[in-house]
Amino acid sequence: MPLDAHIPSGPIEQKWQKQKFDLKLVNPANKRKYRVIVVGTGLAGGAAAASLGELGYEVLNFCFQDTPRRAHSIAAQGGINAAKSYQNDGDSVQRLFYDTIKGGDFRAREANVYRLAEVSANIIDQCVAQGVPFAREYGGALANRSFGGALVSRTFYARGQTGQQLLLGAYQALQRQVAAGTVKQFVRTEMMELIVVDGRARGIVVRDLVTGKISSYVADAVVLATGGYGNVFYLSTNAKGSNATAIWRAHRKGAFFANPCYTQIHPTCIPKSGEYQSKLTLMSESLRNDGRVWVPKAAGDKRPPNEIPESDRDYYLERIYPTYGNLAPRDISSRQAKNVCDQGRGVGPGGLGVYLDFRDAFKRLGRKVMDERYGNLFEMYERITGEDPHDVPMRIYPAVHYTMGGLWVDYNLMSNLPGLFVGGEANFSDHGANRLGASALMQGLADGYFVLPYTVGDYLARGGFAKMDTSHPAVKDAEREVNERTKRLMSIGGKKSADQLHRELGEIMWNDCGMARTKESLTHALSVIPELRERFYKELRVTGSGAELNQQLEQAGRVADFFELAELLCYDALQRNESCGGHFRVEYQTSDGEAQRNDDEYAYVAAWEFKGVGTTPVLNKEPLVFENIHLAQRSYK
Amino acid sequence: MSTSVSPVSAPRATRLGALWNSAVGKKALMAVTGIVLFLFVLVHMIGNLQVFQGAAKINHYAELLRISPPFLWFTRIVLLVAVFVHALAGIELWMERQRARPVGYQDYRPVVSSTASRTMIWSGLLILLFVVYHLLDLTIGVVNPRFEHGQVYANLVASLSRAVGAAIYLVAMIGLGFHLWHGLYSMFQSLGLSNRGISPTIQKFAIGFAVLLTLGFSAVPLAVILGLVG
Amino acid sequence: MRITLDIWRQKNPRDPGRFERFEVPNVNEHMSFLEMLDVLNQQLVSEGKEPVAFDSDCREGICGMCGFLINGEAHGPLRNATVCQTHMRHFKDGDVLRLEPWRASAFPVLRDLIVDRSALDRIIAAGGYTSTRAGSAAEANQILIPKPSADKAMEAAACIGCGACVASCPNAAAALFTGAKIAHLGHLPQGQPERMGRAIAMTSQAHAEGFGHCTTIGECEAVCPAGIKLEVISRMNKDFIKATLGGYANEVQTLAALPPSAAMRFFEAEPPKKEP
Repeated sequence: MPLDAHIPSGPIEQKWQKQKFDLKLVNPANKRKYRVIVVGTGLAGGAAAASLGELGYEVLNFCFQDTPRRAHSIAAQGGINAAKSYQNDGDSVQRLFYDTIKGGDFRAREANVYRLAEVSANIIDQCVAQGVPFAREYGGALANRSFGGALVSRTFYARGQTGQQLLLGAYQALQRQVAAGTVKQFVRTEMMELIVVDGRARGIVVRDLVTGKISSYVADAVVLATGGYGNVFYLSTNAKGSNATAIWRAHRKGAFFANPCYTQIHPTCIPKSGEYQSKLTLMSESLRNDGRVWVPKAAGDKRPPNEIPESDRDYYLERIYPTYGNLAPRDISSRQAKNVCDQGRGVGPGGLGVYLDFRDAFKRLGRKVMDERYGNLFEMYERITGEDPHDVPMRIYPAVHYTMGGLWVDYNLMSNLPGLFVGGEANFSDHGANRLGASALMQGLADGYFVLPYTVGDYLARGGFAKMDTSHPAVKDAEREVNERTKRLMSIGGKKSADQLHRELGEIMWNDCGMARTKESLTHALSVIPELRERFYKELRVTGSGAELNQQLEQAGRVADFFELAELLCYDALQRNESCGGHFRVEYQTSDGEAQRNDDEYAYVAAWEFKGVGTTPVLNKEPLVFENIHLAQRSYK
Repeated sequence: MSTSVSPVSAPRATRLGALWNSAVGKKALMAVTGIVLFLFVLVHMIGNLQVFQGAAKINHYAELLRISPPFLWFTRIVLLVAVFVHALAGIELWMERQRARPVGYQDYRPVVSSTASRTMIWSGLLILLFVVYHLLDLTIGVVNPRFEHGQVYANLVASLSRAVGAAIYLVAMIGLGFHLWHGLYSMFQSLGLSNRGISPTIQKFAIGFAVLLTLGFSAVPLAVILGLVG
Repeated sequence: MRITLDIWRQKNPRDPGRFERFEVPNVNEHMSFLEMLDVLNQQLVSEGKEPVAFDSDCREGICGMCGFLINGEAHGPLRNATVCQTHMRHFKDGDVLRLEPWRASAFPVLRDLIVDRSALDRIIAAGGYTSTRAGSAAEANQILIPKPSADKAMEAAACIGCGACVASCPNAAAALFTGAKIAHLGHLPQGQPERMGRAIAMTSQAHAEGFGHCTTIGECEAVCPAGIKLEVISRMNKDFIKATLGGYANEVQTLAALPPSAAMRFFEAEPPKKEP
């Protein structure tokens, strides 16, 4: 069944204007009679909850952390793109649109991306008004920096803490609404299930993480902005608590999951140092501006880096991509790092690392200039590894960073389940098969401030749903499911923590469905994941009880959902017989090792329908139509 | 999970009342009264040093201070109010502090703070007790072994030539030094006048005056004990 | 290396709590402190014992969720770092470390090393924002902001809200936290219209939450992982005094509603049992 994305008609520049006019409005006096649940308090969720509250709706806002300000948007370092064209360097909405589509390897929906580029400028205005302390030039105007995948300078930033500052802006706006009484905030409260009544999303079941109490909240619309699923790989740059439970529960209740195989691997992370590793830390991509990436020419060369002479070094990115060199896009740089490590030329423990060397830059620019540019990053690296990048080259390795896939949504960011809206990284919408740097923050805030407040209102204004409360049988059923699941996890009585089993899952995913995938590896993963899942339900041990603060139980529930999602990710990677962006199938590459798309057969969004655990999911397709952009092979040579 | 209504906003109050009702305001009032008291002790110390110029000089100085009863009482009232406000605010804030952390740490290691800064309440109370003793000793004279009105020099020698008298005085002056060391620095912060640029200078100023006042005041009992004054 | 831990164990906000000793025999120096606790917990789970509860999320020092005292120092011995950024190489074989939760009446212990910091959210809700309606913002470059002001605002805005300032303060004051937000917005033109009311509202909220007062001893600045400077408190004091003497105290709006704190939910769910 082809999916309808409800894209408005007309030329692309007018679609959003037209749509805004066509959207129905709720009578201001009636707004407070509508209740909207927003799950998540990151850029998308926090901004949506604040904006909907400001409009006058009754908003219930949930997060599993102890305060909304902890959402993982806070960790974004680099910046936020916007087509302000302050640099007079040829930027425009059209160009941001084009760069994003191309960066996404032509697998994103044109109309959504255009809207994103269009509202990007409003985001900067909004954030500045909120007091986000963006970097400034001496003249007092906003400063910009360049970022990967673009030839114009359009990234706004606040030190290396842009995500933090934007999130605090949204958080403050949210707290203002909390004080005004329009938003009710529920912290340390985790969504456990979606309540669906007559095919519409009508509420959620939550667990109070302090008391363990299971309760339900009904509403007229539900917005999920719960982030990505990168932690399915166990090790990623995501926060320890980042999880896919909210979107997975919605998927199980009928929401389609789109393009799960599009996962972004970031090339510059600090390599894993041992089995105990709980997460990976990203080093800003900006380091590649002055650092040179290399490995020894000979496999098994164990000499310390400073004793390896120039003639025995392979600056492989510069060799393969003479034009972009060390600044090749994320997916490409990551893959090449894997290649050289596969050849046995990797460095550091386990041979899983490549050097990022600043020796030449130190010679050229001097220590002072370099420290001004990268001092905080050098410090951060030294803090984690105990090695000083002034003396020895950094060791870096790719790590899972972002997931472009997510719940399928139409142009209004509504899933195929009426009343269920999805924003930010949790939806699949704007980045295609690969996300450009500094675009995640842009999308989160665009969804939260400027799209959802319009489209949720339209859904509410169209009405047609019955009044209901928590005594509804569907609510009781959902609660029962949650209680049963908890009981099941609590009663296994094995010997292993959820973390240990999660790590095993992560290894399978990284090896078989990571940077390079093959039919064989994916088939292998699909055969071992169900086995491991069975073991999970035999070997898991959750201590304590469900009626108290129990972190083991929280984790077990999240890991259980990752086990199911992992399988879907592999199904999707297996059906997509092409390479594009973050999805690289070894069988489909050009003669020089680049990703080879197959536009004739795979220019579609793969939207999966849940059919039960262990049952093959059903694939629905939304064809991607490119009317404004000419499809071409990405080249960064 | 219900939403609670907050009883937070301050009750209607005068501007000064609003200041007193808040912790930040109390600290500001402590800083202002602290300045008054600091200026007083500074002048007092300078006056004291006249001891070294002989009995006549200091006795005359004491007479001068009393030449205008209205001025004397005005000063006394200002000082009394300052002491009262300073001490009451300090004690109230200290009691709030007990409520702010009812369960203490098993193990707490200060990283940078000085002992002086963490013992303001104790140095303050010590000074307060001393002031009472000091007034009984040298103003009213009831605890002085040989008190005679107007004979400042003799009274002081009588009091300080006893080991106990000198010891009380010296301990109190060390307390005063500690109190000023942190108080003189902290009052700039309480009034919102410090920043990272002038903070180090303020700190030096505070230490300088604390040492100066402690030495200046201690010189008198030390001189008495050593027989230089007597 | 081998590490001995004395960890505060407390089952819930009502439990009086106590210290419990644990041995972690195989600590790798490259582990982060929290990874060392993960290893301990894994060991405890396999033995069927209750693992130690502690908060953490991003594990790279920015989210502000982790934090406890290690041997009497908030976030441990490393300066400008959270516990998640502190690696075991800063400790030696045979060390005995005492782990204690943040202690303040405004931060009730929820379990073991986890405390409830929602009081900090309420301080922000009281006035730590600019009232900007989405869509109403002016063109971003319309108001130019001198770079030094923007830089200073950024420096104050870097606060991660971890609560170490409260924990390390002998008075359990939230002055550095509150001052940081007041300074952040106060340095920017966008923060001016509500500046006076903000100073009163936020400081009164901090007072009402039961935080103590600032005595300028500087412990908060020393342990702050985000490098917030003591001068933000000076700015807060100045704004507050100006506002109060300017007569703003009676004009500050009351908060309509506040989120219930997590600890309150516990007590609502489990009211104290009455003696028969």
